Amino acid sequence: MSSPFPAGTFTPRPGSGRAGRMLLSHARTEAALTLRNGEQLLLTLLIPVALLIGLSMLDVIAMPEPRVNSVTPRIFALAVMSSAFTGQAIALGFDRRYGVLKRMAATALPRWLLVAGRVVAGLVVVGVQLVVLGVVAALLDWAPSGAGVVWAVALVLLGTLSFGALGVLLGGALKAEIVLALANVIWFVLLLAGGILLMPGSLPAGLAEIVSLLPSGALTEGLHTALTSGATPGPQPFLVLAAWGAGAGILAVGTTRMS
Amino acid sequence: MSTPDDSPAVAISGLVKRYGRTTAVDGVDLTMPRGQLLAMLGPNGAGKTTTVEVCEGFLRADAGTVRVLGLDPVTDGAALRPRVGVMPQGGGAYPTIRAGEMLRLVASCAANPLEVGWLLDVLGLQSVRRTPYKRLSGGQQQRLSLACALVGRPELVFLDEPTAGMDPQTRRLVWALLAALRQDGVSVLLTTHLIEEAEALADHVAIVDRGRVVTQGSPHQLTSDNGDGKQLRFRARAGLNTELLSSALPEGCEVAEFDPGSYRVHGRVDPQVVSTVTSWCAQQGVLAEELRVGRRDLEEVFLELTGRELRS
Repeated sequence: MSSPFPAGTFTPRPGSGRAGRMLLSHARTEAALTLRNGEQLLLTLLIPVALLIGLSMLDVIAMPEPRVNSVTPRIFALAVMSSAFTGQAIALGFDRRYGVLKRMAATALPRWLLVAGRVVAGLVVVGVQLVVLGVVAALLDWAPSGAGVVWAVALVLLGTLSFGALGVLLGGALKAEIVLALANVIWFVLLLAGGILLMPGSLPAGLAEIVSLLPSGALTEGLHTALTSGATPGPQPFLVLAAWGAGAGILAVGTTRMS
Repeated sequence: MSTPDDSPAVAISGLVKRYGRTTAVDGVDLTMPRGQLLAMLGPNGAGKTTTVEVCEGFLRADAGTVRVLGLDPVTDGAALRPRVGVMPQGGGAYPTIRAGEMLRLVASCAANPLEVGWLLDVLGLQSVRRTPYKRLSGGQQQRLSLACALVGRPELVFLDEPTAGMDPQTRRLVWALLAALRQDGVSVLLTTHLIEEAEALADHVAIVDRGRVVTQGSPHQLTSDNGDGKQLRFRARAGLNTELLSSALPEGCEVAEFDPGSYRVHGRVDPQVVSTVTSWCAQQGVLAEELRVGRRDLEEVFLELTGRELRS
């Protein structure tokens, strides 16, 4: 059998790719895999869009008119939690099962780029979600307060990082099936009781304090304040999100396994 | 940081690795010069994968030292990884990524990658380049993983069971590829439990069992370092009285039934021994078939050293 490999084919020419190109390839791959995964789309876009339309049109939960102004910030918070926490955790659980972390860790990709690629991809996905949801909300006559937009963007960035760290903490440590179950249960609990549908302000005292210390409650309350009234959300939502993110990140360094 | 070019590709001394109470690697010493192909041959659970994963920097040694291209695989990992290609056992990729995308992603991490389309072509992956990883067959996943190990033009590759799950044609192709790597000066460390793979490809074979290297050397050395190395093999019906035949043979010759119906005579095999065996068989009314005098093969060395019983 003649060899299909002429002499010199594999002569070593090792070396690392350029950091910018590696980051771009890695982030683009991760974002594309999320955006064309059917189950991920259901979670990150279809359910939030359905809730946005449903809660704006139907009088299920008491809200001031126009309802869409109150609904949209909550759905933004849900979208961030859905992709950065639940989606991230499930994807990481199955990526570990399929050995992708070991595979990528064995390339020239530096460790910081391995994390940075996932973070950038997570932010891109959140960006796509918020644009789609923003367009749908605009069609429902959403009129956000322009003054609060900067605060909202800051909260979305911080929320994505914090929920992302929580997602890595869950998805990096347990078996894929357990991650799948837990990530969905936590998503559902936080949606119903974590301050997204029923915001801390509308809960009885005591419970309200607890819920506003959850990352879901803090993000929803902060986005709601910024986008409905245009007021500064105050330090609490930022501190709560930062604390959850930092705590989860520190824990995850010790508990995340490659496979 | 200096990495002298005369440092071996891999130098392992006294390596110990434990998982809880289980000692997976129990004092391995192994040196692989640059440009060589070394095969770690051993039964499942012998400690091959653990040894390789320590070399790749995925695991830390509990005792002993490991140097890869003169560097410490853990503390010098960042400097080492661009120079080394890795094929982990069972592959590795995003479950839903397309085969071509995965190889392109890994190629983007290298300064001078091989041409992705060409590599997919020669490994027979062109027709599945748009197929998600989890829908590839086991052999296709293995070939993609091999492509990922090679695409960065590394100077050293670690291949953990590279031909597991491949059909015989693909295995031949991979063997041709491994021979080409060696010819082009790439150092290759592979693990295998296929004796013919080690025999056909390796410059140096290390037989590993229960976490130790039980013997090592070139395939030629390993098959000829026992007495004068010749043996006589023949086949006949199973269950011949080997004690009786042994007593008919000259002093120092032993016969044993290696597998049912497969006999081997060890010792000083000379024309007299051959004649004695055939005439003794004739007396028993048995035809000695496939009678052959030659060196013992690696399989025999392997089974002799690692035992013949199956282990769980």
